[in-house]
Amino acid sequence: MSEPLIRLESVSKSYGSGAEPAVRKLTLEVEKGEVLVLVGPSGCGKSTTLRLINRLIEPTSGKIFLNGEDVTDVDPSELRRKIGYVIQQVGLFPHRTIAENIATVPKLLGWDKAKIESRIDEMLELVSMDPETYRDRYPKELSGGQAQRVGVARALAADPDVLLMDEPFGAIDPITRDRLQNEFLRLQQELKKTIVFVTHDIDEAIKMGNRIAILREGSEIAQLDTPEAILSHPADEFVESFLGSGAILKGLTLKKVRDIDLHQVPTLTAPVARDQALQALQDSPDQVAVLLDEKEQPTRWIDEKALNRTSQPIEKSGRAVTVNLQPEDTLQDALTTMLQSSVGMAVVTDRKGKYLGCCTIESLAKLIMSEG
Amino acid sequence: MDFLLSLLEFAFGRQEQVLEALAQHVGYVVSVLVTAGVFAIVTGIVTRRNQLARELALSIASVFLTIPSLALFVIFIPLVGLGFAPSFIALFLYSLLPILRNTITGLDGIDPGVLESAKGMGLSPLQVLLRVELPLAWPVILAGIRVSSMLIVGIAAIATLVAGGGLGDFIKSGLARLPLPNSLEAIWLGTILCLLLALVIDLILQAARLATISKGIR
Repeated sequence: MSEPLIRLESVSKSYGSGAEPAVRKLTLEVEKGEVLVLVGPSGCGKSTTLRLINRLIEPTSGKIFLNGEDVTDVDPSELRRKIGYVIQQVGLFPHRTIAENIATVPKLLGWDKAKIESRIDEMLELVSMDPETYRDRYPKELSGGQAQRVGVARALAADPDVLLMDEPFGAIDPITRDRLQNEFLRLQQELKKTIVFVTHDIDEAIKMGNRIAILREGSEIAQLDTPEAILSHPADEFVESFLGSGAILKGLTLKKVRDIDLHQVPTLTAPVARDQALQALQDSPDQVAVLLDEKEQPTRWIDEKALNRTSQPIEKSGRAVTVNLQPEDTLQDALTTMLQSSVGMAVVTDRKGKYLGCCTIESLAKLIMSEG
Repeated sequence: MDFLLSLLEFAFGRQEQVLEALAQHVGYVVSVLVTAGVFAIVTGIVTRRNQLARELALSIASVFLTIPSLALFVIFIPLVGLGFAPSFIALFLYSLLPILRNTITGLDGIDPGVLESAKGMGLSPLQVLLRVELPLAWPVILAGIRVSSMLIVGIAAIATLVAGGGLGDFIKSGLARLPLPNSLEAIWLGTILCLLLALVIDLILQAARLATISKGIR
């Protein structure tokens, strides 16, 4: 691996003599382009650690390097302009419009007006907000989720290499949070920023991190590894208790539906004759077939009972397929869909809704077991 | 009705005198608001982070308000003589507290998250003050300025007692000549003009409020 982008060398921070240090001799490296999550119980010093990197807090001892350069050699304000910073409270300037908020750092850096204007629109589009609609609004007119989108856009406006995020989605309702997390992961795939992400939520850490540092008091690293490795081999009791029960279930968010060997049940393409349908069901070990429409999109689950019991056309018998999985969905989504489904299976389609196959509990279990 | 007519007659018979007194009164309001405003806002900014300093500044400013106004106008005569100077000083000291207190309150009331993000994005301390803190505290500060302006309009009527002029001249001369003709008219004229002046200044400050406060925090 190349030179890490951020390096903390035996960094300590204590408030006043005699008090327990908030950060004790922490050494940590963040590689270029990775999301490193700092996770730990409240008061463990994870936020302090984050704020040491952009010098909102000065270390008592130790050194911090950014791109090989000692951060204490740089003017703190200038340093911070090169580092994006997103916090839980968002902290948009209420007296400035959304556009002015996003323009904050580019203006400080003295970009010319035209470049700033086009950057504002680009950033709003990046976080899926319509520039026409939102550019001239004020923060008070936004919902919590929208405000944090703008917060992220503002932090990315000057295209910093490094992004520091302090519980960015902590104050957002669970549904919106989940959506923001997914969008953020999609963004990161494009942008490949180096991100240090602080959270107290282990599920969020597993979902967001390329690597996770589990911290205990004094910002001491209990374990630093990939989410998969931490889940399968927790280093000690502290990590185990922090992961909580159901580590396997948590691991489900790490894998995608595309990792599963899809199960093929018989498919019927409408229009189809009844005896043809019966024949297909009898030839198959499964008790059920999927009915597709002319665009190969799954519409109904068909079984023998449904075929015998009704004189209705096949297109209206059986049960409707309501939820489809897509290859990008997590195994957790898959499990939820299967448990809710009437046949204990879930249909997987591509993005356009074309049928790909089915996902069963057995195929899911096989995938989890194969990881050992 | 008769009285109203004689009041108007009295006022228009002395237009020059009225205008001069009015100009002096406005002069007090403007000069005191500007100087005391700047002084109180700067004091508020400088002292707010230090518990002791800010309590001290607030106590001193409160003490000024508790001194009887008559006395406050008079005690500076030995130092600065009669006329504008002692009146200006007294009014200046009176108007400090509302602006100072509101400056501190306004700055204190800013969402810490906004300040954290401002610093975190690389605004220097001065930029944070000028671009974030003062604009956000401004509605509260301006409310303090309004209170002070009302105080000044009323209390400036006392300037006449130290030969400082202003609309108080009419009230004083009317009181001195009671119950002679035109004495009541003089008292009423001074009082009504003070009221009207207060109203106009309030309207101006209200307009300033709309013009200077961002839509985002109105």
